[in-house]
Amino acid sequence: MTKKKLTQNPLFLPLVCVVLVLAVNVVYDIAQGNAFYDFFRITMQASASGEQLLSGRLVTILNRGSEVAILAIGMTLVVSASAGTDISVGSVMSLCASFCCMLGAGFGVSAVNDPSEFAMPLIVGLIGALVMGCVCGAFNGALVAYLNIQPMVATLILWSAARAIGLLLCNNLIVYVRVPQYQVFGGYIGFMPTPIIIAAICIVVVSLVLKHTAMGMYIQSVGINKKASRIAGLNSKRIIFMCYLLCGLCAGIAGIVNSSRISSADANNIGLNMELDAILAVALGGNSLGGGKFNLAGSIIGAYTIQAITTTMYNLGVSSAVAPVFKAVVVIVIVVIQAPPVKAWVRKHAASRSTGKEAAHA
Amino acid sequence: MENNVVLTMRGISMTFPGVKALDNVDFTLRRGEIHALMGENGAGKSTLIKCLTGINDFEAGEIHVDGVEGAVKNHSTQDAQNVGISTVYQEVNLCPNLSVAENLYIGREPMTPLRTIDRKTMIKKADELVKRLDIKVDVTQNLENYSLAIQQMIAIARASDMDCKVLILDEPTSSLDDSEVEKLFKVMNQLKSEGVGIIFVTHFLEQVYAVCDRITVLRNGTLVGEYPIADLPRVKLVAAMMGKDFDDLASIKPEGFEDRHDAPMQIEARGLSHRGTIKPFDLDIHKGEVIGLTGLLGSGRSELARSIYGADKAHTGTLKVGGQEARINQPLDAMNLGMGLLPDDRKAEGIIGDLSVRENIILALQAKRGMFKQLSRAKQEEIADRYIDLLQIKTATRETPIKQLSGGNQQKAILARWLATDPDFLILDEPTRGIDIGTKTEIQKLIIQLSQEGKSIMFISSEIEEMLRTCNRMAVLRDGAKVGELDGELTQERVMAAIAGGADND
Repeated sequence: MTKKKLTQNPLFLPLVCVVLVLAVNVVYDIAQGNAFYDFFRITMQASASGEQLLSGRLVTILNRGSEVAILAIGMTLVVSASAGTDISVGSVMSLCASFCCMLGAGFGVSAVNDPSEFAMPLIVGLIGALVMGCVCGAFNGALVAYLNIQPMVATLILWSAARAIGLLLCNNLIVYVRVPQYQVFGGYIGFMPTPIIIAAICIVVVSLVLKHTAMGMYIQSVGINKKASRIAGLNSKRIIFMCYLLCGLCAGIAGIVNSSRISSADANNIGLNMELDAILAVALGGNSLGGGKFNLAGSIIGAYTIQAITTTMYNLGVSSAVAPVFKAVVVIVIVVIQAPPVKAWVRKHAASRSTGKEAAHA
Repeated sequence: MENNVVLTMRGISMTFPGVKALDNVDFTLRRGEIHALMGENGAGKSTLIKCLTGINDFEAGEIHVDGVEGAVKNHSTQDAQNVGISTVYQEVNLCPNLSVAENLYIGREPMTPLRTIDRKTMIKKADELVKRLDIKVDVTQNLENYSLAIQQMIAIARASDMDCKVLILDEPTSSLDDSEVEKLFKVMNQLKSEGVGIIFVTHFLEQVYAVCDRITVLRNGTLVGEYPIADLPRVKLVAAMMGKDFDDLASIKPEGFEDRHDAPMQIEARGLSHRGTIKPFDLDIHKGEVIGLTGLLGSGRSELARSIYGADKAHTGTLKVGGQEARINQPLDAMNLGMGLLPDDRKAEGIIGDLSVRENIILALQAKRGMFKQLSRAKQEEIADRYIDLLQIKTATRETPIKQLSGGNQQKAILARWLATDPDFLILDEPTRGIDIGTKTEIQKLIIQLSQEGKSIMFISSEIEEMLRTCNRMAVLRDGAKVGELDGELTQERVMAAIAGGADND
């Protein structure tokens, strides 16, 4: 009975998938003659400047997966409320990062190597980036919610435009901000990687909001039945708009983290194709892209699963050029496992096997 | 078979899970006749049509078509077309971005010897076809350049050109205006003179009397009768559709129930309208009054209610709620003024299918409080349990998704949603549709009880008898306009006469 309940938990399959990916590493480590827990070992290592930093492959997964995890939060809400995806988040990340760096460095400047060279206090740049994220989200939201444009088409506009605007802001250059105050967002606070902290804060804040307000129910209700929700007094359009706005904000945060990681505004590469990872994270988390019920924890697990796959590839020594192929194979397997017909087949198979056993006993 | 009969259906029976949709129904269609198929919602009109066109698989009975040996049993609309039965539905099933000629001949284009489409012949034939039916169009223009009425006629032309003996028109006029309907009738009469038998399904009485030769009436899946048009005046038709033989249940109205005229006003509507659905109307509703809206389907009953509630924002007019001028832009505004609306389409506008019974019940109350003032989980459960108990909603648990409940229990849950908001004015649009008789009576009693508590109720139902049992007063609607009110002693005869209107009205 408890076993049945466990398998019916919506998080069961996403968790099985992440465990499977991790298991591959264990098998590999054993085959290589390493300790089976090698992959999970978390140690303190001294960095070049002598600081003690948390390290290990699990830490790498959590650290590197932060951006996608943050994006997955917004994407989950967008998918739930509007049964569509926001494909602009990667480009919006790039735009926000460029905007942040340019506000700080001053427009036309190509590198900042010392805090004294800042044109404006860093905080202005950071807030500017978040505001820019919200503006982009609001733009998408207005198109989808109030003009009834299909989400894919509406967000296609910023998917192509936002990155280009970012490039314009940077004069087509990679703008370096090699200042510790900025690098910290992609670096470490004490021994802890900052992206992990930022992602954790985002997840906790959104979870608390979902728990203590009716937002979750509003979003799901609108996603399931927009017309009925309106009759019951929900402002369906405003709720969809809000989801896109939050998604844009998440992209802004992820943009800052990603740009800080590389100490620069590289408009061409920041967040490149990351919207696809974010959508994949939502799907891997067992959420229907058809909208309605959502499970935020599933999406977060999905996000880290994607990073776990990537890290595993590097662990296995797969070259980065070939890695996407393997990644695709793994994703196909995971998605197929979660497909309804396969689930039904497994259930049927399990049932017939257990009845077969009973028959044999009798 | 009589020599001028093109279609006979004998003893058609069909069961949907739990419902006898058709019970031993006969239908006869003669050559060159327009035959109205009438009945209220759920009477079995569409089911009968679908048995004929091969969409439904009937269990018993026989269909004979003129010129076809033996009994016909269609398994698809293609089969039906092969024996000469064509259908035109309410929505035009053509391609707007193709030309009229292409639409007329799609799938059966004239070919050249090289197996390419012979456009010249196609356009010529198309032109002859539309001229014959007196439809004024340029067949090389795209279909989307023409009005819905023309598109409808093109669909009919296409259907009639396919060696058609029986033409079924399923609600073809519901999206047309009066002059367009005129044009459509011309085409129908032309086809009639060519010997086509036409089955005309509609809710509009006027149109039946304007164009039909004969009427077959269905009620609750059974045949009431077949009448030449002259033998069945409107009032009798309405009576036949609704059923005169209603259960004479004991009155549930308490003593002194009728008298609400001295009570203060709850709703005062002046000149309220919604373009295209309900013409300007005035309506007063007193506190503690149950007002019934009556009229045939499509007469504007739901639309009147929706324009008050803001579900379809009123385009003109003013509304006072409890004596105060009110502006209602969206349902939430109406809710904050103490209103509630139980919509007639439970599935599309009522339930949130994947959410639990609990969430469905507290949804409106939560919406009224706002997103940031969440009802505590304990409070939510208490409210849900209270109404599950009070209305005896049959559900496995309060966390069961509402879509797993039966229709009647879903309806009770939506009713609970509104009761939880403690409304002063509750609009119930077909609250008892598709619900068993026991639950119906419970809901009727609840309406009386709510009005005793001083709440005003607007009650919309297709069943006159249940309105007679619960309403103080009735407003009558016809063809998208409020045409009168009935006060005092409400009787079936008075209501039917008022609904039918026209020459038979006294």
